[in-house]
Amino acid sequence: MPRPGFVLEVDRSTPPTLLWHGEGFRLERFPTGTRVVYGPEPLEPLEDPDGAIRHALLHPVGDSEPLPALLRPGMRLTIAFDDISLPLPPMRAPDVRQRVIEAVLDLAAEAGVDDVVLIAALALHRRMTEAELRHALGDRVYDAFAPYGRLWQHDAEDPRNLVHLGVTDQGEDVELNKRAVESDLLVYVNINLVAMDGGHKSVATGLASYRSLRHHHNVRTMQHSRSFMDQHRSELHSANWRMGRFIAASGVKVFQIESTLNTDTFPGPFAFLQKREWEWGVRDRAAFIASSNALDRTPPALARQVLHSIRAPHEMTSVQAGEVEAVHALTTESVYRQQLVPVEGQTDVLTMGLPYICPYNVNSIMNPILVACLGLGYFFNLYRGRPLVREGGVVIMSHPTPWEFHPVHHPSYIDFFEQVLAETTDPVEIEAKFEEVFATDPWYIHLYRTTYAYHGVHPFYMWYWCAHALQHLGGVIVVGGDPRAVRRMGFKPASTLLDALEMAEDIVGRDPSITHLHNPPILLADVT
Amino acid sequence: MKALVFERSLPRLAAARAAGALTPGLGARLGALRLVDIEEPALPGPGWERVRPLLSGICGSDLATVDGRASRWFEPIVSFPFVPGHELVGTAEDGRRVVVEPVLGCAARGITPPCAACAGGDVGRCERIAFGHLAPGLQTGYCEDTGGGWGAVLVAHQSQLHDVPDALDDAAAVMVEPAACAVHGALAAGDVSGAVVVVLGAGTLGLCTIAALHRLALPGTVVTGAKYPDQQRLARDLGATIAVEPGEVRRAVRRVARSLVIGDRLAGGADIVIDCVGSAESLEEALAVVRPRGRVVMVGMPGRVSVDLTPLWQREVELVGAYAYGAEQSLGRRTFDVALELVHDAGLHRLVSAAYPLDRYVEAIDHAANAGRRGAVKVVFDQRRHVRSSSRHAGAAQ
Repeated sequence: MPRPGFVLEVDRSTPPTLLWHGEGFRLERFPTGTRVVYGPEPLEPLEDPDGAIRHALLHPVGDSEPLPALLRPGMRLTIAFDDISLPLPPMRAPDVRQRVIEAVLDLAAEAGVDDVVLIAALALHRRMTEAELRHALGDRVYDAFAPYGRLWQHDAEDPRNLVHLGVTDQGEDVELNKRAVESDLLVYVNINLVAMDGGHKSVATGLASYRSLRHHHNVRTMQHSRSFMDQHRSELHSANWRMGRFIAASGVKVFQIESTLNTDTFPGPFAFLQKREWEWGVRDRAAFIASSNALDRTPPALARQVLHSIRAPHEMTSVQAGEVEAVHALTTESVYRQQLVPVEGQTDVLTMGLPYICPYNVNSIMNPILVACLGLGYFFNLYRGRPLVREGGVVIMSHPTPWEFHPVHHPSYIDFFEQVLAETTDPVEIEAKFEEVFATDPWYIHLYRTTYAYHGVHPFYMWYWCAHALQHLGGVIVVGGDPRAVRRMGFKPASTLLDALEMAEDIVGRDPSITHLHNPPILLADVT
Repeated sequence: MKALVFERSLPRLAAARAAGALTPGLGARLGALRLVDIEEPALPGPGWERVRPLLSGICGSDLATVDGRASRWFEPIVSFPFVPGHELVGTAEDGRRVVVEPVLGCAARGITPPCAACAGGDVGRCERIAFGHLAPGLQTGYCEDTGGGWGAVLVAHQSQLHDVPDALDDAAAVMVEPAACAVHGALAAGDVSGAVVVVLGAGTLGLCTIAALHRLALPGTVVTGAKYPDQQRLARDLGATIAVEPGEVRRAVRRVARSLVIGDRLAGGADIVIDCVGSAESLEEALAVVRPRGRVVMVGMPGRVSVDLTPLWQREVELVGAYAYGAEQSLGRRTFDVALELVHDAGLHRLVSAAYPLDRYVEAIDHAANAGRRGAVKVVFDQRRHVRSSSRHAGAAQ
């Protein structure tokens, strides 16, 4: 029986706490009284995932017929699926998407459906490589579709394959992938890692154009999403739901399939990462010392390669299919069951160790903007109720934050970092002054469409993701980061956690309350 | 009188060239420049008067001369020994403050009728700069007969003198000559309204050019490459839209011009590039970031450079020089008159960063040669103490 998450109060007998520090680790001893929030242990997986998937397809929830009833010869069927940004790290084969899509294709074949297209729902993310697609879909599906031009990657800049469905009652443009919209049935295959994923966001974001996305990927939305992991208080959620309902009302038939994963994140050699430190055995200590020393001695690029080759032993904890909102309600319950941890009261200082990976640097470099986004966009927002850190408080992040960018994946990030952030770090000013120029830059569009580049506007979204935190916090300190890169983002560099805590006192006062967000596993703090 | 004199000494020039190649400005210590006592220059004829320099700037062309890097092109149009210094504010014999427009054109040389350029007021293009009753010399500061700003006294023709308004202090007035070069360079860019203009270099000339563009030409976007944070700040203050490190210029231009990229070069680029450096590297960069049929204006003094001109040919780029000043046809005014206003309106006095007496010329030149790195822009010689003391003596004698 997996144990629930809990809050540990550090005392003199508490062993040092393990923190991610990019492609390495730090063991830190927190002051007595510090709270450390641990997530629940990984839930037991479904015993028969393939059976569960088939059951979900045959017994949909909400106002939906079973999938076989929606399939007929001569119809146009499109199957869209989540891209490389999920799950993290990429999961051990077979990927959930492969299991689900194979099951859908079996039913489609039984029904005599010939016109089937698969679409990676990239939104403005980079295209996936063949190896990444093969990993997500399996060789059988890839070889059955890709050589025949039936495996697409959504192109948000292809005017010939976008259709403007109209505007919501809030004046939001809804412009989506034409093939998906004009199909007789759109099956969306989702993987839900955090509460923000899935639901109407799958189609309304994953298959949308910039013209459509800009209505909710903006500073105002982010500042009014408190947090975007809490559906009832998330403007990001509300905007996607408005669009999703508009899409349904426009006659687009969506059959949503969502799955949730447990938080079994790291395999054998790195299993110590998700154990509570005082429960480490001899083998865990040895594994920590060996991997820590090896990573320290390995050149960063090689260490990155080693870590990005990790395949997570995630396993499926639920799968549900049918009408979008009914499906997502069950998904959210399952995510909360895995991730929620009750926490009483806010803290003056919130600390976090940031790993080598986030949704936007799979097989790539964690550049400084992504460091900010992971810390202030994702980890800061892992709350329901109130932020873990009080207004005017401080976030301390541990990450090397190198001034380094992947030239193919993140070309516009380089310009954003070197030119936009050199001028201002204010998300509102950045949005007003620079967004459109970057978003419509023909070179970035060319790279997004023809290589493996994120869209020109993507670094803006990463910075907007931080907007709520930047508005809420009194300061951000990065431990062990490249001082130039850290300062460029308007944060303060510190050499050690102790220095950072002293610096934080200048902002929040003497003897602050400290809370550490332990990771892995990922958690969602339910702050009362 | 005390003056810094530049002599034609081949061994010293060679030593300066070797030293300057190692450390910019080191030519002052080992080369052909010396502080000596010399006779005051004689008045060459009617219409000439004595000027006592108050402040006199050290410019890029002076540094090239001191370090033995100046082009041999100048050999027939300078005369040795000469007292350098062509950026200056001084006191005329009647006590009024003046700036000197240093080009020694037909009027100063007593040549009548004047050449076509001088007849039109465009003295910078004078065709008689080695003729007339003066020794050859394209400007005051390069002519053995006139003296220069780095001495206690020089002689100037009335046609060269511009009264300094009271609103301009000495620091502002010494900036008038480089500002005039910048005005001429900015106007040589042609119609830049709404255009993407790149200014390479953010020393005195680059910063003044940015100020001139901002106030006279209304470009759409001005991108500048500035090596040091202080230069970047000043560039933005004076009107640059984007000020980045030199290595980032290409990326910035690409973004602003919304250009595609072919290999490591831009498919499009800036409408205008104003090169205020004048090196092979800067000219190469200019050709790399200018768009097809764009214009490159060379304001910085280039010398002998080796550059692949294939892009100039294949993209039909226009390469134009912009030397000195004279009359600006597009404005119907003399460049110096425009520069006097620019210096005041843009507050260019703030570019004067340090002042030295003549006898500390080695330090001064070292400071000027490393100005950017040391957070400075314009370094000047300050002879005001001597001028005031000689005025008091003159008053006592009367």
